[in-house]
Amino acid sequence: MEKMLMKGNEAVGAAAIKAGCKYFFGYPITPQNELPEYMSRELPKNGGTYLQAESEIGAINMVFGAAGAGARVMTSSSSPGIALKQEGISYLCGAELPCVIVNMSRSGPGLGGIQPAQGDYFQATRGGGNGDYYTPVYAPASIQETVDLVQEAFDVADTYRTPVIILGDGMIGQMMESVEFKDIQKRRLPQKDWALKEHVEKGSKKLINSLYIKPEEMEPHLQKIFGKYDVIKKEEVRYEKFNCEGADVVAVAYGTVSRIVRNAIKKLEEDGIKLGLIRPITLWPFPFEAFDEISPETKAFLSVEMSMGQMIDDVKIANAGRLPVEFYGRPGGIVPKPIEVVDKVKEILGGAK
Amino acid sequence: MAFTEEVIFAGFGGQGVLSMGRMVAYAGMLKGMNVSWLPSYGPEMRGGTANCNVIVSDGLIGSPVVADADTLIVMNRPSLDKFESWVRPGGKILVNSSLIDIKVTRDDVEAFYYPVNEVAAECGNLKAANMVMLGAYIKHRSFLEENDLLGAFLKVFGEAKKNLLPLNEKAVAAGATLV
Repeated sequence: MEKMLMKGNEAVGAAAIKAGCKYFFGYPITPQNELPEYMSRELPKNGGTYLQAESEIGAINMVFGAAGAGARVMTSSSSPGIALKQEGISYLCGAELPCVIVNMSRSGPGLGGIQPAQGDYFQATRGGGNGDYYTPVYAPASIQETVDLVQEAFDVADTYRTPVIILGDGMIGQMMESVEFKDIQKRRLPQKDWALKEHVEKGSKKLINSLYIKPEEMEPHLQKIFGKYDVIKKEEVRYEKFNCEGADVVAVAYGTVSRIVRNAIKKLEEDGIKLGLIRPITLWPFPFEAFDEISPETKAFLSVEMSMGQMIDDVKIANAGRLPVEFYGRPGGIVPKPIEVVDKVKEILGGAK
Repeated sequence: MAFTEEVIFAGFGGQGVLSMGRMVAYAGMLKGMNVSWLPSYGPEMRGGTANCNVIVSDGLIGSPVVADADTLIVMNRPSLDKFESWVRPGGKILVNSSLIDIKVTRDDVEAFYYPVNEVAAECGNLKAANMVMLGAYIKHRSFLEENDLLGAFLKVFGEAKKNLLPLNEKAVAAGATLV
């Protein structure tokens, strides 16, 4: 297929349709509106149904219904809207229902602002709803990667019977880059024999449920779910390591910010300073193993985020006390400039080298 | 050294500023280069300034945010006030002198003044001022030719706007003669 110039939000929609998504339930919010708009136009042409719900809460519960019937289904929103969906996400996790949830995040707390931010890291990786659960979280850094990961997300959701989150931000949603819809390698997916989609023989029943009133039933239910999480942690971790061998400082950055760090890497090269980059592609499971090998030359890790510092907690866990863990962040919708990262690295190294 | 061109297009809503950026990005992509297009978005766009950042490169594009532009294209005065300082030393500023009656104040950049509104009106439609400016732009930055822009035109505006192609062809050619 030929290359196309596509906006991130539209590319998510196109990728979802290519992955066989048949249902989309959403509610408008900046900066992700082009995605529901695209789905409202394109999904019906592809044998699917688009519905604008009465609210984000309505949308996520429609996702629950469609997923329970075995369909590939998606919803999208931005930060405060994703906050509203948290109850539904918790229920989806409890009932083990596969779906894909897109967050083109903006700044917060509260209504916050509409410019790109990464303040939803905790919400995405720690489970923003009640109870013991996680969701796989993918953080694409380009529109092409967004397209690839959205398709992957549907397969991962079905493989493990779990909601999967795509965590972009306003920049990923609004920018245009060239994309190609490559045929990604299909997984062998389990049959959805649990889905409520056909008549069940008399005497047997299918039940989709997150209510386990007896503790002696709830505990094994959770142990079963966490058994899946162990497999996900083993099989689904994704990250990119760049320029880390012999690096003076290794930056850790995901999504939009990782691209700014790449510019900083080039600028620092001119000054003879080597900055490495660990770019988590899955935020949960976090790529702890990327931190196993540290060059003896490396003096510190630097977590760079468009927040007040959230991923830094995982960087500290991964670092396990070996090196200083520094932080540079611009919250509130400010996208840091490469020179700011350059200056921070020089400050860590004690001024001019 | 790898080729990279970073551009800021700025003006007011309705001047086709975002479309100019998309034209350059699309044309660059069709020539096999990596491209990014990043619009400003938000309430400031409504009746206010519109701008977009475009990067065209034969290497990988890092940040899509243009902080040190090679070229700044300004279609109205507030855009010049806002973005004059965003150009790298030695960069170029292309000014729509039909609407901007002041000069660029920096002396470490090259400034060029083109009355693109009047030229577009002579071509038959004031709305083609952005295409006149693009015609001038590609003469300054020679990675694109007139045909590349016209090839991108239908991709950006769709087959439905095919009837506007002759006008835009004329506008691009007229812009190119200004340089």
